[in-house]
Amino acid sequence: CGIIAEYGEFQSFQLYFKRFNLRTKDMPARTDSTAQRRSVMTRSITNSRSISKKQKAEESYSETSNDDMDDDDDTRDRRKIHADLPSEYWQIQKLIKYLKGGNPTATLIALCSLRDFDLSQDICQIAIRDVDGLEALVNLLDTTEIKCQVASLKILKDISQSKPISRSLTDLGAIQSLIRLLSSSVADLQCLAAETIANIAKLTRARRLVRKDGGISKFVSLLNIPPNTNIDVLKEDGQAVELLRCAALGLCSLSKSKKNKRKMKSSGLIQHLSKLITLEVETILVPVVATLSECSVDPEYRAAICEGGIIQYLSKFLESSNQELVSHCAKAIFHCAEDDLTRTLIRQHAGLEPLVRLIKFTENVSMLDGVTGAIWKVAIDRENCLVFRDLKLCESLVPLLHSQPEEVMINVAGSIAECAKIPENIEQIRKAGGLTHLVNLLSGTNPTLLINVAHALGKCATEPDSATIIDKYDGVRLLWSLLKSPNPQVQSSAAWAICPCIDNNKDAGEMVRSLVGGLELIVSLLKSDNREVLASICSAVANIAKDEQNLAVLTDHGVVPILSKLVVAHAADDYVKGHIADAIGRCCIWGNNRKEFGARGVVKPLVRYLKSKDTFVYKAAAMALFHLSLEPENCVVMHENHAKQWLVNMVGDDDWVLQEAAAGCIANIRHLALANDISKSGR
Amino acid sequence: MAGIMGRKLQAKLADAMSKRSHFSREEVDRLLTMYSALTVGGTRLDRNKFRDVLHNTFDMTDDILMDRVFRAFDKDMDSFLSQEEWVLGLSVFLKGTLEERVAYCFDVYDMNSDGYISREEMFQMLKNSMVKVLQDLQTTEEDPDEGIKDIVELVLKKMDHDHDNRLSMDDFMKSVKEEDLLLEAFGPCLPDTKYREKFLSDLEAGNVDIDVSQAKS
Repeated sequence: CGIIAEYGEFQSFQLYFKRFNLRTKDMPARTDSTAQRRSVMTRSITNSRSISKKQKAEESYSETSNDDMDDDDDTRDRRKIHADLPSEYWQIQKLIKYLKGGNPTATLIALCSLRDFDLSQDICQIAIRDVDGLEALVNLLDTTEIKCQVASLKILKDISQSKPISRSLTDLGAIQSLIRLLSSSVADLQCLAAETIANIAKLTRARRLVRKDGGISKFVSLLNIPPNTNIDVLKEDGQAVELLRCAALGLCSLSKSKKNKRKMKSSGLIQHLSKLITLEVETILVPVVATLSECSVDPEYRAAICEGGIIQYLSKFLESSNQELVSHCAKAIFHCAEDDLTRTLIRQHAGLEPLVRLIKFTENVSMLDGVTGAIWKVAIDRENCLVFRDLKLCESLVPLLHSQPEEVMINVAGSIAECAKIPENIEQIRKAGGLTHLVNLLSGTNPTLLINVAHALGKCATEPDSATIIDKYDGVRLLWSLLKSPNPQVQSSAAWAICPCIDNNKDAGEMVRSLVGGLELIVSLLKSDNREVLASICSAVANIAKDEQNLAVLTDHGVVPILSKLVVAHAADDYVKGHIADAIGRCCIWGNNRKEFGARGVVKPLVRYLKSKDTFVYKAAAMALFHLSLEPENCVVMHENHAKQWLVNMVGDDDWVLQEAAAGCIANIRHLALANDISKSGR
Repeated sequence: MAGIMGRKLQAKLADAMSKRSHFSREEVDRLLTMYSALTVGGTRLDRNKFRDVLHNTFDMTDDILMDRVFRAFDKDMDSFLSQEEWVLGLSVFLKGTLEERVAYCFDVYDMNSDGYISREEMFQMLKNSMVKVLQDLQTTEEDPDEGIKDIVELVLKKMDHDHDNRLSMDDFMKSVKEEDLLLEAFGPCLPDTKYREKFLSDLEAGNVDIDVSQAKS
């Protein structure tokens, strides 16, 4: 047994054994089996809380030891039982016993000695638990012996980093004791208690308990800097700075719960954080910005953050050399940039340039994730895209489209999609080989990534050169295959992307035809009940139908009856109905479709579409009606439904295509009426 | 007459001593007034009265240690505390720098004043610190001293840097600088924060009434 290596250890080992006879009730008499030992130890963890202390003591000491130390066989046997457990186990247990049974002086010595062990090791934590060590440590917090409280807290602060220990501590009611210590007059106790709570509060249950025990307002008040404080003096005061840091750390952990966020806000958190940010003390900044980042998920916070002038500091700190700080700043910006104002403020405070510079640091994944996320959201603003164009952002983004973790690539694809608002950016993307990478990513399985990639490709395909390349690398076929995805968002983003691919491709018709089962798939998707899918598919249909042959195929697959059903079904939804009308208009051109549409009763609802306030809707409706009006039966229905009065207004519209369509439609209706009159009068 | 002369002398003394201590002139003055109140009837502060002060004002209870504190104050070893020893002792006791307090505690703990804290001295001081475990041990008829010896070993392991089985001033200073909680490792010989702060704020405010009546125990 290499564990009992030194003679000295063996000697003290025997002493412990004699003195305490640490054969607990749970341990089997003679066994070497490791597996058994492990299960025994786990049992002892759960049992130890239910067995009363006195009972345990009795059991431990009830067996009289063998006084005959000369009996080597016996000691060797006993040595075997305990040889499985390393010496740390026994030493720690002994220290806990002194801790429990001694006066403050002995307790202090035991506590200080405990810290010499690496308490993050499993065996050490098991040793502590087996003799109710955690309970002892928590009980010490409730005494009035300051030194013992400090020593106990130092241990608790370290071991509470382990989740199982945090759970046990929560069970033991440690949180209440710790919250009480937050109000202590001894700063050391406040700091240590705050940091310990910060560790324990990684558990949801603990966060709730802290709130219920009134801890949140205490934490927030610890951040308070009285109005007349001399800031320079404060910065030099190590104790005060440490207290602010620990309080911020606690709030950072606690802010993960929604209700806690609200409680913090109502306790005045944002004002305190704003003030602390202006101090620009790095150790305090990291947890403060981390807290802001976490809280800015909540829209109420975002508004306050914008107003509080914090954005300019966030932009400034992006230049810091502290990567952790930069990472949190970027994440905060990512959340805050949901709001338009933030996006503008970032640009005004020169926050865009650092973001672009930071994407070169690919080793720090967390930071890269935050930075790319921030870029994605700020790029929603067109002005920012112009700045990014000048900084050649897209060239630097393209290499990140492969061999990066998925979270990063999601953000990068999103950024590219937004930047593609500007034609020069699309050019940069194309020249850097971005399109091939994007097409490659279409073979993946992560829905969010697929959505962003499809979005990016769609935006790039608005440039004919890019559309050609995308097709060349089989992009259209891959996008089409995404239509089979079970995820409606993936389906719709693929469909939206397909539209410009068809629109900007000279050989679009041929390309679509070459896709086996492609058109059938499109028509089947018209039966979806997801409005985004419907809108995108109708738009795709409208694009596909520009090619006559393909329109014929679509008709064969029954596109007419399905579209007819949709017209009525979605009469209330402005978003979808514009695209439905558009599709109908395009599908009229082939064969008997206009007659078929009329027979299926699309005309009457389409006339009602003309009344919509949405420009796209009434224009599409007018176009559709124009095409339908080439069939006399349809004109009758239009006339009956007073289509003319709506169409008349459109004749004066700025859009000349609409003018023509409206005028043409009215003309057709009139001709029919005239013909009717002539025939009537001729009788 | 004696009163005015006494006050003038006191003021001069206060002046001199405040330069050598952490107290201001006014504070030293008040301490000297306190001394006079305590030594009514005699001219110097003896062991018993001092221990009463430690007990009543600072809530100290350990006899052995209180005795050692007296000895640490009593630099000239004449079993009485002069005014100087009183003021300078309190200066370290209440407001000492870390180094001063380390030296002071070392003096307290070094029972035979040989410059080292030996195992036996540690044993003596820690003898009564394991109350509950002793009771438990009673049931197994073990030698209760084993537990104390074990704790002594723990302390040596932690603090004996030069591995000579005893603590020199160097060992002690180094250990305390690493872990300041070990300053009073062998028992409380400095005042508790609560009592210390109360005394100092009273001193600053000018309330110098030590409860002398209780001194007559």
